[in-house]
Amino acid sequence: MGEPAEGGRFGEFGGRYIPETLVPACEELEKAFREAWGDLDFRSELEGLLRDYAGRPSPLTDCTHISEDLGLRLLLKREDLNHTGSHKINNVVGQALLARRMGKTRLVAETGAGQHGVATATAAALFGMECCVYMGEVDMERQELNVFRMRLLGAEVRGVSSGSRTLKDAINDALRDWVATVENTHYCDGSVVGPHPYPWMVREFQRIVGQEAFQQCHDLLGDVPDVVTACVGGGSNAAGIFSGFVDTRAELVGVEPEGGAALGRGVPGVVHGSKSFLLQDEFGQVLEAESISAGLDYPGVGPEHAHLAGTGRARYEQVGDEEVLEAFSLLSRTEGIIPALEPAHALAWVSRAREELAGKSVLLNLSGRGDKDVDQVMNRLG
Amino acid sequence: MTLESTLRERRDAGRKLLVPYVTGGLEGWGDAVAAMAGAGADAVEVGIPFSDPVMDGPTIQEASERALAGGTTPETVLSGIDGLDAGIPVVVMTYYNPVFRFGHERFADRLRTVGVSGAIVPDLPLEELAPWAIAADDAGVETVLLAAPTAPDERLSAICDRSRGFVYGVALLGVTGEREHLASTTRKIAQRLKAVTDRPVLVGVGISTPDQAAEACEVADGVVIGSAVVRRMLDSGGPEAPAEFVAEVRARMNENR
Repeated sequence: MGEPAEGGRFGEFGGRYIPETLVPACEELEKAFREAWGDLDFRSELEGLLRDYAGRPSPLTDCTHISEDLGLRLLLKREDLNHTGSHKINNVVGQALLARRMGKTRLVAETGAGQHGVATATAAALFGMECCVYMGEVDMERQELNVFRMRLLGAEVRGVSSGSRTLKDAINDALRDWVATVENTHYCDGSVVGPHPYPWMVREFQRIVGQEAFQQCHDLLGDVPDVVTACVGGGSNAAGIFSGFVDTRAELVGVEPEGGAALGRGVPGVVHGSKSFLLQDEFGQVLEAESISAGLDYPGVGPEHAHLAGTGRARYEQVGDEEVLEAFSLLSRTEGIIPALEPAHALAWVSRAREELAGKSVLLNLSGRGDKDVDQVMNRLG
Repeated sequence: MTLESTLRERRDAGRKLLVPYVTGGLEGWGDAVAAMAGAGADAVEVGIPFSDPVMDGPTIQEASERALAGGTTPETVLSGIDGLDAGIPVVVMTYYNPVFRFGHERFADRLRTVGVSGAIVPDLPLEELAPWAIAADDAGVETVLLAAPTAPDERLSAICDRSRGFVYGVALLGVTGEREHLASTTRKIAQRLKAVTDRPVLVGVGISTPDQAAEACEVADGVVIGSAVVRRMLDSGGPEAPAEFVAEVRARMNENR
């Protein structure tokens, strides 16, 4: 998982399909990121913030109880323990530093579950930047607490009432905002989606997850795990952890929600700035995803995942809402860790595939904590 | 009837160019096209609605959602255009995914067959243009490119070179939709484009009233007007209101000649 080819291509996927107004901004961002990423001062400032502010490195937890239940060895990369409760902070701190370096004073972001919105609002507070987060009205309802958190952090949360009123539509409105405000605003994209350089840049900011996990597995197992798994909506947490193991023998498995399985059920298409797999009808209209998890409720997927699927280096599985709820309860009960509904998808697959995985070591990126989901699950389970 | 030859001829005769936009699939859209042609439009832009129109503001979003909910597809719009005899060039505007899904060659051939002169695909910038533009060139369909205020001079020149039909100057930083005042960027982008191209330069996005159109035409060769037309379609549901509006704009633009 290196630098994309000319024009931001991962094989045939990626690219920069955006309104002309935004092309110079994406070019500027690509240049700024390339320079910053090669600049030791930038890297060291980012490292310091991730350590002293976000709480990195995140631990690796060897889960003995659930491992015994499932007949395998489950290791969790604890991104849930980061400040703001998910892996999103890694990317956001990087982008906020970059935005400051480019002289931008305002961050605009979209959010599904609210984790990226909270992380962006947090970084904006830290850096003294203005922040505006777009969120679908459906998601505002199911993630009410995160809406309040963002406002508490000083961000403006704008409800999105168009289309499916979820993540896809929030991205549309964030892009529309950016078209109008590009001179002073940085679009803080939350996943490995969007026009070049976002899929590449966000993966690089999430690479730390894979790097740490590689070292931690080496220390614990003296080897790489047999399987590395993560949930995939846009796919940033999966890209982060996969990047640490793509050149090893470890099998890589992304897990999509059945109702938002762009790789499992979609076909190639273009939305939100890049070519990838996409849930769409025969006329090219983007379909609405439907998942219990707001963070995975997205009809597209990052272009590098489309490429990894195409080359066979990673495989992508699907799980349903019911299995996810079981996994959510299972981890809570056996290990005392309440996962976010998103990584509970990856655990649901591990649980279902336990026979195939018998005796193997499985590294799962626990990308977020479940506090935000407790209310929703309580209502659902009664 | 090619788009560029028609527009050049009219411009060179001293006429300011008026290109209204209507979302294909809205009730009565075909009648509106014919009526606007009769009311003084020089070409007409027909939108093929897309589920995620990131360059469009609330009015055209609503029109697109309404049209899609009514069962509109690229083919229903193109068949509709096939049956029209507007007497002026028709340009389709849509986003890239419906084109990609239809197939570049197939879509370009279909446009030619139904008599469409040009195409505007706002999320297909210069760098991603080739697969579509080659198919469109082969079919004789003119691909109009957008040029935005954010572009440096050399990029504007490259866009003008590759654009066909006319050059679509984006009048402001933002998405489509009516604005109270003409943005200061409108005159500026028209000036910058006129300095580097002989192609007709039309400005669009945010041009909402006859006065604003006339003001923009002090520099530009013409205007594209979308949301102000579509809002009248949404409000009235018939072709009369948009046609009356086009006639008003036409009259106001002619006064300044």
